[in-house]
Amino acid sequence: MKAGSNLEKVLSSGEFAVTAELGPPKSADPQVIIEKGNILKGYVDAVNITDNQTAIVRMASIAAGAIVVKEGIVEPVMQMVTRDRNRIAIQSDILGAAALGIKNCLCLAGDHHSSGNHPSAKNVYDLDSIQLVAMLKAMRDDKVFQCGEEIEEVQPQLFIGAAWTPLADPKEIRVIRLAKKVAAGADFIQTQGVYDVKSFAESMKKACDMGLCEDTYILAGIIPLKSAGMATYMQKSVPGVNVPDEMIKRLKDAGRKRAGAEGRKIAVELIQQLREVEGVRGVHIMAIEWEERVPGIVEKAGLLPRPSL
Amino acid sequence: MSSNVQNKGAFEPQIIAFCCHYCAYAAADLAGSARIQYSPNVKIIRLPCSGKVDILHILHAFEAGADGVYVAACLEGGCHFMEGNLRAKKRVAYAKQLLEEIGLESERLEMYNMSSAMGGEFAKVADEMTEKISKLGPNPLKFVKFAKQSRKSGKEGS
Amino acid sequence: MIVASRKPLDEIIEIIGDYEKVLIAGCGTCVEVCHAGGEKEVEILASQLRMKFGKEGINKEFLSDTVERQCELEFIEPFLEKAEDLDAILSMACGVGVNFLADRLDSLPVLPALDTTFYGATEEQGVWTEKCSGCGKCILHLTGGICPITRCSKSILNGPCGGSDGGKCEISADVDCAWHLIYERLKALNQLENIQAINPIRDWSTGLDGGPRKMVREDLRL
Repeated sequence: MKAGSNLEKVLSSGEFAVTAELGPPKSADPQVIIEKGNILKGYVDAVNITDNQTAIVRMASIAAGAIVVKEGIVEPVMQMVTRDRNRIAIQSDILGAAALGIKNCLCLAGDHHSSGNHPSAKNVYDLDSIQLVAMLKAMRDDKVFQCGEEIEEVQPQLFIGAAWTPLADPKEIRVIRLAKKVAAGADFIQTQGVYDVKSFAESMKKACDMGLCEDTYILAGIIPLKSAGMATYMQKSVPGVNVPDEMIKRLKDAGRKRAGAEGRKIAVELIQQLREVEGVRGVHIMAIEWEERVPGIVEKAGLLPRPSL
Repeated sequence: MSSNVQNKGAFEPQIIAFCCHYCAYAAADLAGSARIQYSPNVKIIRLPCSGKVDILHILHAFEAGADGVYVAACLEGGCHFMEGNLRAKKRVAYAKQLLEEIGLESERLEMYNMSSAMGGEFAKVADEMTEKISKLGPNPLKFVKFAKQSRKSGKEGS
Repeated sequence: MIVASRKPLDEIIEIIGDYEKVLIAGCGTCVEVCHAGGEKEVEILASQLRMKFGKEGINKEFLSDTVERQCELEFIEPFLEKAEDLDAILSMACGVGVNFLADRLDSLPVLPALDTTFYGATEEQGVWTEKCSGCGKCILHLTGGICPITRCSKSILNGPCGGSDGGKCEISADVDCAWHLIYERLKALNQLENIQAINPIRDWSTGLDGGPRKMVREDLRL
């Protein structure tokens, strides 16, 4: 065990893992976190808490994570973007997060702030996501800060994650980049939302051929679709997300009232198909402001009960 | 200061036309020999090509009190020097922005295209511009006495 | 070269404020090449200012002069000599020129007329693009001659990030993904091993993050 988190236990025991996503509020209200956490409780092994996603200011990921830990609701995966903090702030936050009982960290560069709600901010990017993975691994395993100075007892014990966008062009470089993340020390990977299972399976095969599937746990991303409009938008505007036309047609044909149900049906089918793809060790369900629909999807996909280890 | 601006009722605009030698200037000649009447308010400055017009020529004309300025160039595609008229067009557009910045109506500056055979068009443009500038009234800079300009460049050859 | 653009006239007017006798000081090097603050731009601005204030009946005097470079002492001497007669200098040099003059003029305000933007190249007539950030530790030999610090929106050293798709950056479809360009270039150079290796965490102290920089070459000093 590297960090001893529930997510690590589930994955290392060979169980098919389920994670979801929780977006903190644009306020200081802890109740939102508690309510969203309670919806997901018992249906997921851990929940990602986003870090100012899309560069829009929200409650700190660490604080929201600490709330769900304290209330004993669900295990958090704090997300950490390098957009807003330099190495001093990141390491300090990591120590604090670990002290508050957070055991998983997903390392990201973060969306550029030009599309967020503070486009005039100064960006940081002292590190990139791969360098962040390497820094956390050194803090945990080599017990040193980035500067080389030793970390006294207690060192932060984190299960380190990274993201992967396998289907953005050029695809050949995405596998190279996954290999770099794994080499840097990523214990687990959560992918961008997958709709095109065939192309995803091809990328997975390349990753597995390089031995990456043995060195890390890959969780395939699922983004439930609410409508044909959302599917079209994702297809056009989200890098590396390719929603097949046939899927958009299904949502359209379902009509406005039933599109959501059809979207959840598609999500369940995707989970079942992705489970069969070699190297996929779990799913990461990103239901943005739609957390209440996650339990139903998990249940219909046959992923209950969640293991208690 | 010319006498016509002292009596606003009888405002006679002073308009500078930067004319390309190959088209508008020849068209003005043609208008003359064909006895086509056109506004006497237009003063022609001949250029070897409309592409020779400089933003500073335009600004200095206004600074010196011109009420209107226009550049008359060959028809698009018909420039003797391939694309001088297209460059002039971009400069006129830029100079219009500079005029707007100082609060001078950009309509005081225009760009026209014509061929050397269009004597009638030359006369029409001259009359049109005169009418437009008459409505706009005098360039307020006419009434300004500028301090003696001091320009000097430390750069060699300038 | 250093690329700059002229500030909007309204802003320049606000900056000039109550100063009455102002020297508009051009620079004949980078900003002349990028048409922001050379001899011609000085004359255009002077003409605009004369007309603007003249129209409003405000009495100000604008002198104009352009030197070869405002970042070297021997060239700025004409400005320093004139200083006593002036209320202010409105410099059309890049920020270097403004600082350099201000450092040498104790009691004369030196005002900027330009916004200095980047180190760039003339991509084509009228189009300039940013190519270098002056970070103090060049790694272009590793990246096929394409600078990720400058040309990647996130300045990341192990790209492309997940926001890149089809060669374009997440910030705009008009912005090329630098790491896509690097990948293609390294492939053409048969140097893909450079992108496969992890670029370690960088020492940014060679750049502005380490404080203002100074370079001394003892062999050249007089």
